[in-house]
Amino acid sequence: MTPPAPLGKDLLGLEPLSGEQIRLILDTAEPFKEISERAIKKVPTLRGSTVVNLFFENSTRTRISFEFAEKRLSADTVNVSSGGSSVAKGETLVDTARNLEAMRIDMVVIRHGASGAAKFLAERIESNVINAGDGTHEHPTQGLLDLLTLRDHFKRIEGLRVCICGDVLHSRVARSNIWGLRKLGAEVAVCGPRSLLPSAIDEMGVTVFSRIEDAIEWSDALNILRLQLERMTAGYIPSLREYNKVFGVTRERLERAPRDVLILHPGPMNRGVEIDSDVADGPHSVILPQVTNGVAVRMAVLYLLSGGKPELAEAAKTGKA
Amino acid sequence: MTEHTETILDASAVERTLRRMAGEIVEANGGTDNLVIVGIQRRGVQLAGRIVALIKASDGVEVPRGALDITLYRDDLQTIGPRPVVGSTQLPGEIDGSNIVIVDDVLFTGRTIRAALDELADFGRPSRIKLAVLIDRGGRELPIQPDIVGKKVDARPSDRVDVQVDELDGRSAVVLVSKRFE
Amino acid sequence: MTRPVLLTGGRVLDPSQGTDMVADVLLSDGTVQAVGRDIGRPDDAVVVDCAGLIVSPGFIDVHCHLREPGRADVETIASGARAAAAGGFTAVCAMPNTDPVIDNPAAVGFVVRQGLRAGAARVYPIGAISVGQRGEALAEFGEMVDSGAIAVSDDGKPVVSAQLMRTALEYARTFGIPVIDHCEDPTLAAGGAMNEGVVSARLGLKGIPDEAEEIMAIRDILLARLTRGHVHLAHMSTKGSVELIRWGKDRGINVTAEVCPHHLSLTEEAVEGYDTNAKMNPPLRTAEDVAMLREAVRDGTIDLVATDHAPHHYDEKEREFQNAPNGIVGLETALSVVVDSLVVPGHIDFGTLVQRMSCSPARLFGLPGGSLRAGTPADVTIFDPARRWTVDPTKFLSKGRNTPYAGMTLTGRTIHTVVGGEIVYSLDERREGK
Repeated sequence: MTPPAPLGKDLLGLEPLSGEQIRLILDTAEPFKEISERAIKKVPTLRGSTVVNLFFENSTRTRISFEFAEKRLSADTVNVSSGGSSVAKGETLVDTARNLEAMRIDMVVIRHGASGAAKFLAERIESNVINAGDGTHEHPTQGLLDLLTLRDHFKRIEGLRVCICGDVLHSRVARSNIWGLRKLGAEVAVCGPRSLLPSAIDEMGVTVFSRIEDAIEWSDALNILRLQLERMTAGYIPSLREYNKVFGVTRERLERAPRDVLILHPGPMNRGVEIDSDVADGPHSVILPQVTNGVAVRMAVLYLLSGGKPELAEAAKTGKA
Repeated sequence: MTEHTETILDASAVERTLRRMAGEIVEANGGTDNLVIVGIQRRGVQLAGRIVALIKASDGVEVPRGALDITLYRDDLQTIGPRPVVGSTQLPGEIDGSNIVIVDDVLFTGRTIRAALDELADFGRPSRIKLAVLIDRGGRELPIQPDIVGKKVDARPSDRVDVQVDELDGRSAVVLVSKRFE
Repeated sequence: MTRPVLLTGGRVLDPSQGTDMVADVLLSDGTVQAVGRDIGRPDDAVVVDCAGLIVSPGFIDVHCHLREPGRADVETIASGARAAAAGGFTAVCAMPNTDPVIDNPAAVGFVVRQGLRAGAARVYPIGAISVGQRGEALAEFGEMVDSGAIAVSDDGKPVVSAQLMRTALEYARTFGIPVIDHCEDPTLAAGGAMNEGVVSARLGLKGIPDEAEEIMAIRDILLARLTRGHVHLAHMSTKGSVELIRWGKDRGINVTAEVCPHHLSLTEEAVEGYDTNAKMNPPLRTAEDVAMLREAVRDGTIDLVATDHAPHHYDEKEREFQNAPNGIVGLETALSVVVDSLVVPGHIDFGTLVQRMSCSPARLFGLPGGSLRAGTPADVTIFDPARRWTVDPTKFLSKGRNTPYAGMTLTGRTIHTVVGGEIVYSLDERREGK
């Protein structure tokens, strides 16, 4: 039993994947969900493999989620983080790549502040590279866990109406979601102030809503992005208060919707800015299931990428029982 | 070199064999108390279902059943190439203290059962575990032996012994596929 | 004393005189002696068979970065001058954004001397507009011109202050030199790594909108109108800029403009995969912009082609896209890219090519050359208009290898370059593996 379309060496984004490949990852995540419910949350699948979590940007949640995924597969994990404040210099990334190669690391999970950094690394080392977020480009495992969460609830993705709300311009989560949703046949919209949407958004195959009320009326689900304080200080919007007044997802706005709208958020939340607490903690929020699915999806990705060596497959093909 | 297919058990032979196996399972357990039938994905799960139905018909008891996918416990994951699809694993509640009977379609090298034992150990501590297989084709690579056997089949290493089930293959049978010089 | 040089049987293409015929050209004493069919052959002449080749006034590149002083590891005036000759250029103008900046007569003199020592293409220094290119105080134009500067520019950076640009244009009139501006509004372009559009949105890279260039272009055109000075707009890249230049020229404003070969041949799609060899400023734009720029070269709205040759060290380019420096080399591929992008598809003929690469640069910047009229300096480019070759950066004479054309097969190649009557470059056929 072999999967229809292998993923290749790396997971750099959802844009290069086909719908079939994305479905493969989601389907593979199902059995891994069950493992996280067991008393012993561990399978020996990646025993002996070494995975390095290379985080040039601080991120507790994503790194912990990956670490759980790796450890539950019995892999050995090594965490490497860099300073955290300024963007790491290019030399560091190139030299880091070479050192990892020399140490025969099996897989690298990388988060970096520069778009394209994951691809940069993947082109230079033989190890599998998983993009845990590169600049404002993509965050594929976040996109995948969002898709899995939507599928859990709606039992399908095709034809679903999903609106991504907030700072799409600077969001890698938004981009991964746009590619993933469209490849699986969903209808995608974005909603936010124009100063926080890419100027070419109209060419990206999504509907654009200027008013959150219109977005809520249209949507089956909202994926609410975190609004960063830096955007205000950089002058993209005048204040967080006004953002909440105009674009905040509040209980009142949701109550006026013609249907129950599912609420997703990649976290961490700015309660009272992009999302009100009673929405985040409300009955339609799947924010916590997203986190659970995150570990399962990451286990699935690690499992699928760590494929064995095909040349030894022939030798091993003498029948199994 | 051509492929030669020989039917070893037809549908009614499979039914008779499973009925006998179901009886032996209950007999070996001294009844149906604490009995749990666990089928190995994929065809072992179908066979386990039939055995549970047969026990229900003969003893009037619906014995708990589960399914075990051993892909993640295989000892050859590093060499088999692209990742196999992982099926679902569901065990009925806590297995501590239960009498588990693992059901699989074909016992060959024993590695699948080794993986299944490792996986069950991660779930808990059964009182005992027995092994029931529809076909034992010999060729063991590990010290694993079945407690209940449907039929022993002499097969060469290059032969395939396929168990076919209604749910996946549209028929119920056991076939031996061998390569012959013609 | 160098021997006379007789170029025989080539297609002599000199738009400055309207010449386009198969003829011989005699060079001696550093100047063009005669062009014609029966010139006669001096006994000691070096005879160069130019059959099948085009013989034109030497190409002049008014915009290149030779990195010396300061970054001799990346390029020197000598290696740059040799690379220029290999590209068919008999003269280049070197931008002053070196380390230290060329903003005083001593520095200008240094560049002149280094150029003479190189013995390849002529090197004319461009002096800085402002001291240290800091955009505050004017540099001493007069002193720099005295030492050999032929224009002023703060290229690398825009002149942010309109007042400073105005003053520079007025003051430059005293010395009859153009003021070259790098048109970029710093606030709009800040942090940008490529053209702003659908590709930048997909790649997650901050974009530089067309308007960042156009806002400064129109500002400079209006200041040229105000001051009646000569403003030369460097590396134009957008269709909007073309329209603005046309607007200015229609009104008799003294604005001239250049375009780089890469903006005539590549689009933002070249950035796919985060290839840092497609990263430069201004960035590669869209197919629409390329089409408009080609048309502008054809009709003369864009006066000339310049390379903006910008070598970088391999290590500097070998990093994440947004952190890599801007710039690609261009001296050794310019002719071929222009032939492939404009002549082969039929947008311009070779006469126009020579206009844009030789006659106009010489005329607009007041430089010797740009013509094969008798008595002009013997700066001649001899090139094969049809030769196909594959770009191999490891064979470049420039120290820089950062080109997006690596591995591409282009049309048109320089065979000989003559400066002051001396053959400073000949294509090494053995190196070509022929």
